[in-house]
Amino acid sequence: MATLTTDQVRHIAKLARLTLSDAEVKKFTTELTSILEYVDRLQKVDTKNIEPLKNVTGQQNSWREDAVTTDVIDPDALLECSALPIVDRQIKTPSAHG
Amino acid sequence: MINSLTISQAHKKLKAKEISASELTQSCIDRIEAVDEKLNAVVHRNFDRALEHAKEIDAKGKFDHPLTGIPYLAKDVFCEEGVQTTACSNILQKKPPFASAPQASQKASDGRDYVPPFNSTTTKRLNAVGAISLGKTNTDEFTMGASTENSCYGVTRNPWDTERVAGGSSGGSASAVAADECIFALGTDTGGSIRQPAGFCGCTGLRTTYGRTSRYGVMSMASSLDTIGGLTKNVEDYATFLSAIAGQDPKDATTANIPVPDYGKALTGDIKGLKIGLPKEYFIEGIDSEVEAAVREATKTLEGLGATIKEISLPHTQYAIATYYVIISSEISSNMARYDGIRFGHTEDAENLIEHYFNARSSGFGDEVKRRIMLGTFALSAGYYDAYYRQSQKVRALIQQDFINAFKDVDAIVSPVSPTPAFTVGAHENDLLAMYLEDVLTAPQALAGVPALSVPCGFSKTNLPIGLQIMGQQWGEETVLKVGHAYESATDWNTKKPVV
Repeated sequence: MATLTTDQVRHIAKLARLTLSDAEVKKFTTELTSILEYVDRLQKVDTKNIEPLKNVTGQQNSWREDAVTTDVIDPDALLECSALPIVDRQIKTPSAHG
Repeated sequence: MINSLTISQAHKKLKAKEISASELTQSCIDRIEAVDEKLNAVVHRNFDRALEHAKEIDAKGKFDHPLTGIPYLAKDVFCEEGVQTTACSNILQKKPPFASAPQASQKASDGRDYVPPFNSTTTKRLNAVGAISLGKTNTDEFTMGASTENSCYGVTRNPWDTERVAGGSSGGSASAVAADECIFALGTDTGGSIRQPAGFCGCTGLRTTYGRTSRYGVMSMASSLDTIGGLTKNVEDYATFLSAIAGQDPKDATTANIPVPDYGKALTGDIKGLKIGLPKEYFIEGIDSEVEAAVREATKTLEGLGATIKEISLPHTQYAIATYYVIISSEISSNMARYDGIRFGHTEDAENLIEHYFNARSSGFGDEVKRRIMLGTFALSAGYYDAYYRQSQKVRALIQQDFINAFKDVDAIVSPVSPTPAFTVGAHENDLLAMYLEDVLTAPQALAGVPALSVPCGFSKTNLPIGLQIMGQQWGEETVLKVGHAYESATDWNTKKPVV
């Protein structure tokens, strides 16, 4: 389980939207494999009947009154953070269809 | 020089009008300008605005709050309205990193420096009481590291020995506080990122209980582990600082509806009868002998103050780093998805949208960020989720149970912060695991969500600070600070200053 192939690394990189050169694929394959080999020790821990931890402090739902709040960030100021063109208060991105 | 004052010393002088907020701010600025070339702790300077703010505070002339008029630096992940904030990553700035091209020649594909239009809850609370923001400190990119070497601005140096790292990821903040470039600084701790640099630089730093402080407006690394805090010159200052920033925040639903005590009142100096545990698993092979000796000596000091020391066991300690890396990588792969080159920061030319994502992320992120994103993507992918992520969350439950069991018998637990004093720059360059193992003694508390404090407890023969870690139960910050304060009052390690 602990060994990653270069094809797996290419696949993971694609899922993560990262372009890797062949040299990077080789480097990351070695590095990620060494981390996974170390992490493999977790398989030795007896976790029978142990529930995965879901919430570290056990805090329950946090409610607030269902009322309009005005303490929000100005949407135009948020748009200004983008380097892409703004058209009709929307960010114009490259086409999704190529 | 007044920049070397603590919060409480500066507050007294400000209140008595012996010094002004403007003088104090100028003194910190002068210090940054004099020594930061050697340290590289400060990455964004906000001096004009700081001096203006100080002038306004002096004009009002009211110094009722202990933080009014006190200058601070914030780690480069705290959003502050109108102040450049980049997580020390190329993905949140225009290219090249130090572009000097005039604005007019800039094109969309050069990207844009990220200047947040809003404040984190922490900086908002600090600014509301009149603390003065001086700028931003260096960190590993998006806080991913233990040495502040993974920064697009280069490494931060340790003021005790500039050949060595300041620790990380809050290395810029620790170096700045130790070198008196500010009176206190903000940091974040996901698996040791406040405590380890505090230990390496001889400052005081506390990781709070998860949910004690608001994460709103602080760039996330791993949301189930990230905590907000800072670095100060002593425990008394930390208590003052924490009282000002802690508490429930409607903008962070994971903050708890538990009242915030006046932490200063906990600092009675009286720890008689307190039971303190010494976990045998924390004195493993690889712990430097001088570190072990300093920590054992500290336990004698605590005994001398009336505490009882008892050996305890935290049996799952050896699994903490593996658990920690699977969980943070998984959460990182999800959190980093927002950096797509569209809403902020760095962009690249592209033919279509998918290429835009690939180009912006590939040239914007550094290697450590890419590694963790890929590790997390793998750990969460179909067929591997149960073996990695789910198994890690089960082991995390066991690690938390270790602490719950231990605190049935003891009030606090002490250990070293790190296995060794500060290492030399580049020492772990080709050894990823060695860098990850820097967190071996600080990841377990993070996984369990308990508070842990780092205070100076000695020096190596080579004159490098050594840190003592004091852990408490969830919401037990008062006990942890009380023990730290009592220890610090009986010793003088925290008053030592480096020569930069």
